Amino acid sequence: MVKKGALLLYGFLIIIPMLMVILTSMKTLQQTFDNPLGIPASGLQFSNYIDIFIEQTMVGYFANSVIVTLCSVFFALLFASMIAFGISRIHGWVGGVLFAVFSLGMIVPAQVIMVPLYSLVLQLELTDSLFGLIIVNVAVTMPIAIFILTGFMKTLPKELFEASMIDGAGNWKIFTKMVVPMSLPSMSATAIFLFVINWNDLLYPLLFITDNAYKTLPLALLDFQGQYATNYPMLFTGVIISSLPMVLVYIFLQRYFVAGMMAGAVKG
Amino acid sequence: MKVSKSIYLFFIPGAILYAIFFLYPALSAFYYSVTNWDGISPSYAFVGFENYVRAFTGDSIFMKAIGNNLKFLLFVVVFQTIVALVFAMILRKNSKINVFWRALFFFPTILSSVSVAFVWSFIYDPNLGLLNAGLEAVGLGQLQQGWLGDESAAIFALAFTQVWFHAGQMLIIFVAGLHAIPNDLYEVANIEGATRWQTFRKVTWPLLAPSATIVIAYTTIQSFKAFDLVFAMTRGGPNYSTEIIATYIYEVGFRSYSFGYASAISVIFMAIIALITFLQFKALRSGRVNY
Repeated sequence: MVKKGALLLYGFLIIIPMLMVILTSMKTLQQTFDNPLGIPASGLQFSNYIDIFIEQTMVGYFANSVIVTLCSVFFALLFASMIAFGISRIHGWVGGVLFAVFSLGMIVPAQVIMVPLYSLVLQLELTDSLFGLIIVNVAVTMPIAIFILTGFMKTLPKELFEASMIDGAGNWKIFTKMVVPMSLPSMSATAIFLFVINWNDLLYPLLFITDNAYKTLPLALLDFQGQYATNYPMLFTGVIISSLPMVLVYIFLQRYFVAGMMAGAVKG
Repeated sequence: MKVSKSIYLFFIPGAILYAIFFLYPALSAFYYSVTNWDGISPSYAFVGFENYVRAFTGDSIFMKAIGNNLKFLLFVVVFQTIVALVFAMILRKNSKINVFWRALFFFPTILSSVSVAFVWSFIYDPNLGLLNAGLEAVGLGQLQQGWLGDESAAIFALAFTQVWFHAGQMLIIFVAGLHAIPNDLYEVANIEGATRWQTFRKVTWPLLAPSATIVIAYTTIQSFKAFDLVFAMTRGGPNYSTEIIATYIYEVGFRSYSFGYASAISVIFMAIIALITFLQFKALRSGRVNY
């Protein structure tokens, strides 16, 4: 009885804000002020969804987010799996030291290096560019991916690699033909974890992007806040549009999300 | 079997990026921290430990930010760990309905911090928000206030939002930890006639220590990183009551263009995190048992 009540209470705590966001996005500003929480007698409408595409370059922000996220995840995964393979193959203290050096990037919060990183990106003339965002994302998300993938690759049977080396396969061949296919479960979990991080990232766009043409969704949302002040219907329309891909993928691949976020969390 | 030297080639692309965009900035933070660089002008001077002295003796806002950060951290760690643990125990079994509840509770984790910030700003809104309306409805109207506008309430309003955002993720870690506890221990406890509380104290909690270590360490790191949420909800206000170290570094670095001073704070921040992480692991490791 108590358990059921607690579950329902927590459930409502999550569902009610979601319903509120959907409902509010279908109201006018006036309707929100008159009746902030209920359904207005004058009815709901979809005009915010049309307006936000007309007044904002929503398609552009969306495209930027897609490009930045997909490229960042792809290259971080590629480079991290190569490094993880390297670490799992190098025995003794050298492998340990390499692992420790890359692990540092996981512990130090991004805010600690934001000031020097900003001046570096500025000097390299990589501000206001998607390319700049991508390479910074790759560099800073690689450590966690290396951590997860090294753990997995160490469990792969060494005898298999040794047999193929005797057959004359080089490291590259072992990596592409054996390690990558065998690591696919771990790599897809890592990919989802990185996908969530990159899609939702605010800090680097905030630091490096000022030109509207290169803004990603979280930064654009933050701009709406300045522009629409307390126009919650419009803000929530933006929230829904920018969250929709993630929510849809989550509904279908929910198991993998949990596995991915777990792999990311369990690093103790 | 010996691995050929070509294995080192696998490190090249990743290591170059990592060295340029992580190691170099991290190390240069130390260097900038002893200068008076403003981040723009080409010339700047070496000032020794002046920035550090200023941080610890002449900057009341920085002290306030550290205090706020600790308040936020403590609230989130205690509250989030309890919520996650209680619901993990309720939802321990892998039945269909439990998997659904876990998926629902996990859901907020996939949202962006900006989205979560907007949703909760609306809930906390003094005139339009759900919270004040809810208090009114249950007859607690006298508790109504502008949650994010009130100096004493704002940091807790943010901390509560952080718990809502991430408790589901911690819940899942605890469920995995609970699944790792062998069932026969519970059977033994049952036969011995242990009460539920005794079973929890003597079996569940000690064997859950590894998961608790992960949850608490991860929650701590997340709390220090809560930059996005704070930035989008209050910008550190009102009157610096929600300024945390991360937002203050941004403020000093990018609003008042004191890169040297911001770097010194970054270095102190790094030291605080290293210390807290170290202490936590030590404390929780010593509490581990083997059955």
